[in-house]
Amino acid sequence: MADDLVIRAEGLGKKYVIGHEAQHERYLALRDVIARGARNAWRMAADMAKGRVVVPGDEVEEFWALKDVSFEVKRGEVLGIVGRNGAGKSTLLKILSRITEPTEGRVTIKGRVASLLEVGTGFHPELTGRENIYLNGAILGMTRAEIKRKFDEIVAFAEIEKFLDTPVKRYSSGMYVRLAFAVAAHLEPEILIVDEVLAVGDAEFQKKCLGKMSEVAMGGRTILFVSHNMAAVQNLCRRTIVLDSGKVVNDASPAAAIPSYLAQAIFYSNDLANRPRPGWARQWIRGARLLDSGGVERNSFALGEEITVEMSFAASAATALPVPGMGVVINHLLRGTVGGINTRMTNQKPKVKSCTAGTFRATIEVPLLQGSYSIDLWLDDGRSDVDVVEDACRFSVEGSDIYGSGQTPYADLGVVFMRCNWEFIQEPSTTAALGAHSFMDH
Amino acid sequence: MEIVLEPGRAERHYWRDIWIYRELFAILAWRDVAVRYKQTVIGVAWALVQPFLTMLVFTIVFGRVAKLPSEGAAPYPIMVYAGMLPWFLFSSILGGASASLVTNANLIGKVYFPRIIIPSAAGAVALVDFAINFVLLAFLMLWFRFVPSWHLIFLPFFIALAMLASLGPSLLMTAMNVKYRDFRYIIPFVVQFGVYVSPVGFSSSIIPPKWHFWYSLNPVVGVIDGFRWCVLGGQSALYLPGFLLSLGIVAAFLWLGIVYFRRTEKTFADLI
Repeated sequence: MADDLVIRAEGLGKKYVIGHEAQHERYLALRDVIARGARNAWRMAADMAKGRVVVPGDEVEEFWALKDVSFEVKRGEVLGIVGRNGAGKSTLLKILSRITEPTEGRVTIKGRVASLLEVGTGFHPELTGRENIYLNGAILGMTRAEIKRKFDEIVAFAEIEKFLDTPVKRYSSGMYVRLAFAVAAHLEPEILIVDEVLAVGDAEFQKKCLGKMSEVAMGGRTILFVSHNMAAVQNLCRRTIVLDSGKVVNDASPAAAIPSYLAQAIFYSNDLANRPRPGWARQWIRGARLLDSGGVERNSFALGEEITVEMSFAASAATALPVPGMGVVINHLLRGTVGGINTRMTNQKPKVKSCTAGTFRATIEVPLLQGSYSIDLWLDDGRSDVDVVEDACRFSVEGSDIYGSGQTPYADLGVVFMRCNWEFIQEPSTTAALGAHSFMDH
Repeated sequence: MEIVLEPGRAERHYWRDIWIYRELFAILAWRDVAVRYKQTVIGVAWALVQPFLTMLVFTIVFGRVAKLPSEGAAPYPIMVYAGMLPWFLFSSILGGASASLVTNANLIGKVYFPRIIIPSAAGAVALVDFAINFVLLAFLMLWFRFVPSWHLIFLPFFIALAMLASLGPSLLMTAMNVKYRDFRYIIPFVVQFGVYVSPVGFSSSIIPPKWHFWYSLNPVVGVIDGFRWCVLGGQSALYLPGFLLSLGIVAAFLWLGIVYFRRTEKTFADLI
């Protein structure tokens, strides 16, 4: 491997086996049922004995999450990996961080690999801050000696000196996040893997991760960054790989690669139950649609048009939501978060005692500029968030002559358009000729 | 440092990897021990209450009510307790290790390390409890003024044997539990059942001689007999053919457990 290469992946593939129930014939003979049952039992027993994964179902299908993926990463490069959900990004990261083995191909990695994981992975609530620093450090791959050396720094960074010997279950969520991040920030891997999909759920943590990433990148380390946030990818990465259905479809500078990703991202399913989520989230948000003011489902809106976000949820029967609440965050695909709102913020609670399923409709007024936007949906139970789906749906805003001037607002000037009452006060001056025509006259 | 990842690669560096991750093993073991006694009022005493009460019950039921003989001149409570020590070591490893992979699912899905260190760390917790229980045995001996023999120096060997005996089935169970959660229902049953099938409350000398060899198919029989031989000394005779059979069964389970665990561990992250 050449000297400046730190990662070389050649023909990587990862296969999963999924099972299906067979379509049942209309007339089913008992003989067939028994025969099929016996066949499946035999197959499962054989798989179990061989230590292979046993897949229930009548028909077994192979599914390649990654297929024939090759790329190289140079030392100090910041590589963005983008793609739709299910494109294979997380599988790729799992292979690189050794959590799962590739089915075919090989990767050569030079140096230590570490991942920025979801807040506090491996923290134990009963253990004190001090104990958790050692535990978490070891889990992230630091040696005891290393942790000892950096211990004071970590404590100072997290600002938890006073609570060092308090169990972390008594920490405020802010302290918890600070401590978790402080440990991760003092890792010094040659290759840092950041999966933003895993780190969602805490805006502060996410912000810190991005900050840490730019710092690490400055220090000449290699970073692999997976994100749906095109703004962050564009700002941080010098190169971007676009994955689609397990294959690399584009490998270029962000400016060249991102448009191809946005183009393929148009198809969006309304079924949100199986979307990836952070670990704490329950899979209760079921579906989402965007409606116009006439109640018609649409994905493209005119400037200034009201957008209704519809979100349905279904909790398990045993855990009804005391006061269901909804949150909406709108992101510009290239420029980041535009804003967010939730029912707690506006103190509008549905008039129900407790319920397990329902549909929210949020009609939102935002003066968004032309462009592509994604929506993150949040579900809460009146006190705390219980579920989130990032990038739950997308829409575009198309230009229109909103000012009646024959012009549209400039699409690349930020994320919102404004309305304005211009006023002009003429200074009494010698150039009296100007005063006669204020520029607001048509 | 250069790492190559390809199908089957991790297999070849298996034991070297375990050595590299020894610090993580130590810290996970320490975590399990520390967490066990956090937020308990009597803390370490819990480790004593259970075996002590069990010993009382067994002494009364088997020794007094059923009038079963002890081994030689050894007092019945000491005989029972010397059998309960390895039994609790065996069963608490089995219980802790079998559930360990599933309880640590969040780590397995996110960080790489040789998975075998997780069930093995459960063994460390059991060992700490064992050490505490051992102190109680010393008190019992003082109370009954019972002098152990020189056989006691072989005890470390039998402690290791008890741990290996439970590690084999534990690895098998915990690996299967990842995919089939049915197996977690089996363990409490095995433990409950095993305490009566194994010579815990009684001496294996009451088993008719012609059955003694086949009784040793239960690997715990060999372990418990070995413990009693160490602790009770000349009062207890070690039945050698049976003991060797138990050794063989222990070795077979260990081999099976490790082989099955290694074969399936690559898929844990995909299944858990």
